[in-house]
Amino acid sequence: MKFYRIYALFLRHFFLIKSSLPRLLDLIYWPTIQIILWGFISKFFTMHSEFYNHTAGIILSAAILYDFLFRSSISFNMLFLEEIWSRNFTNLFIAPLKVSEIITSLTTTALLRTLIGIVPAIIFVSPFFGVSLLNLGPSLFLLLLSLYIFGMTLGLLVVAGLLRYGPAFENVAWSSLFLLAPLGCIYYPLSILPDWLQIIAKGLPLVYIFEEVRSILLDNSVNYYNIMKALMLNLFYFTLSVYTFYSAFSEARKKGTLINVGE
Amino acid sequence: MKEIAIEINNLEKKFKNTSAVKNLNFKINKGSIIGLLGPNGCGKSTTIGMILGLIKPTSGEVIINGKNIENNRTDLLQKMNFISPYIELPKKLTIEENLNVYGRMYGVKNLKNKILELMEQLNLNEFKKRKTGELSSGQKNRVSLAKALINDPEILLLDEPTASLDPDVGDYVRNIIETFSSNGRKTILIASHNMNEVERLCDEVMMMKKGQIIDKGKSEDLIKRHGRENLEEVFLKIVREK
Repeated sequence: MKFYRIYALFLRHFFLIKSSLPRLLDLIYWPTIQIILWGFISKFFTMHSEFYNHTAGIILSAAILYDFLFRSSISFNMLFLEEIWSRNFTNLFIAPLKVSEIITSLTTTALLRTLIGIVPAIIFVSPFFGVSLLNLGPSLFLLLLSLYIFGMTLGLLVVAGLLRYGPAFENVAWSSLFLLAPLGCIYYPLSILPDWLQIIAKGLPLVYIFEEVRSILLDNSVNYYNIMKALMLNLFYFTLSVYTFYSAFSEARKKGTLINVGE
Repeated sequence: MKEIAIEINNLEKKFKNTSAVKNLNFKINKGSIIGLLGPNGCGKSTTIGMILGLIKPTSGEVIINGKNIENNRTDLLQKMNFISPYIELPKKLTIEENLNVYGRMYGVKNLKNKILELMEQLNLNEFKKRKTGELSSGQKNRVSLAKALINDPEILLLDEPTASLDPDVGDYVRNIIETFSSNGRKTILIASHNMNEVERLCDEVMMMKKGQIIDKGKSEDLIKRHGRENLEEVFLKIVREK
């Protein structure tokens, strides 16, 4: 892998963001609105729920973390969709870029886009709703890392679909996370799900991440076994998604869809 | 003995049950300009796609500078470039930003100077801070050409380089291609429907029909061999022959 090629692809998206104020505001706007909304819902729950009344902001913390996951995944998809929309797709694949360099560059650029969106929202939430993610302690870093890897995994799978099936796959890009959200147990404990769904949900790292968030905030105890389980599952799915991406690239070359892909 | 830049051996591409390219064989010497002519859907773009490693052949091989593109894609693409009216550069980036991005992607040394040189050569200086999407089609074409020349490619593939351009801009682009080809041993493959362009620029022409090369040679030899007045008539004869 060559750093200059990874940087070049990063620069392409950096120029895009920096030159457009509406694009920049769009990145910040949705997470902020989302968090304000959940801020008020959270306030309502803490006032009327026995389960939540001891820990102000447990829902809000979950909402922020879920939004972090959502933004990282969508950011990854957006970077690729931008190439399709601008008909720049073929230019990238005739450049001497390796697939691994494309993945590395999109992964780091997606992190930047996510942070641009989520950091102002996190800062905003503290004075307005008295909630700080720092309450999660040192394990916050591992939880964020786990969510980020899962976001990249979903992003890679969607992008693999775009490579394999073309722009028609775009709708899946937008709905991918909504499909998994009910099983992720973001706002409720795993025990709420019917037994058979619990078995499926346990295959998702999200369950362990959000169960742990509740456990830390409610009981003030950290179970590193759960955090490690989430990380291990994430590494497994991430490896699978990288393999899927390579397969999709190879299939796209066979089908000839790398040429003239556009709206 | 002449050095070979592009060597195509028994190349075949099938999409499901349709053969887009059948048993294709040709060699292009280093430093030559070759025209690839044929009706729509005859396999020109598929052939170019396989030369660029964008399309995986069903069988056969593409050898660039003595190396198979399948196993050396990244290294070989470093020395190649491509322009087509069907692909564009990011519209929201300025000309300068686009050239900066692609120059870095190709690892161009002294990139600032190279960008300045190309802007000068292609008369783009006055638009350098303009977004690419705001340019006219002629200006966009020149930017695409600048991007295609940013890595000073040894092999340049052009798919209808002057399609949708007015005669003046078309002529301007042809001049640039001529200047580029005379500057060192550059190999150029042009797929085009513009017979005058091909006659003017190309050392040799390959006629393609239904995925196969059915005739090749110098323009004047083809005209003589087919007993026609010009290349366009040769093209029409070949296309309409059953």
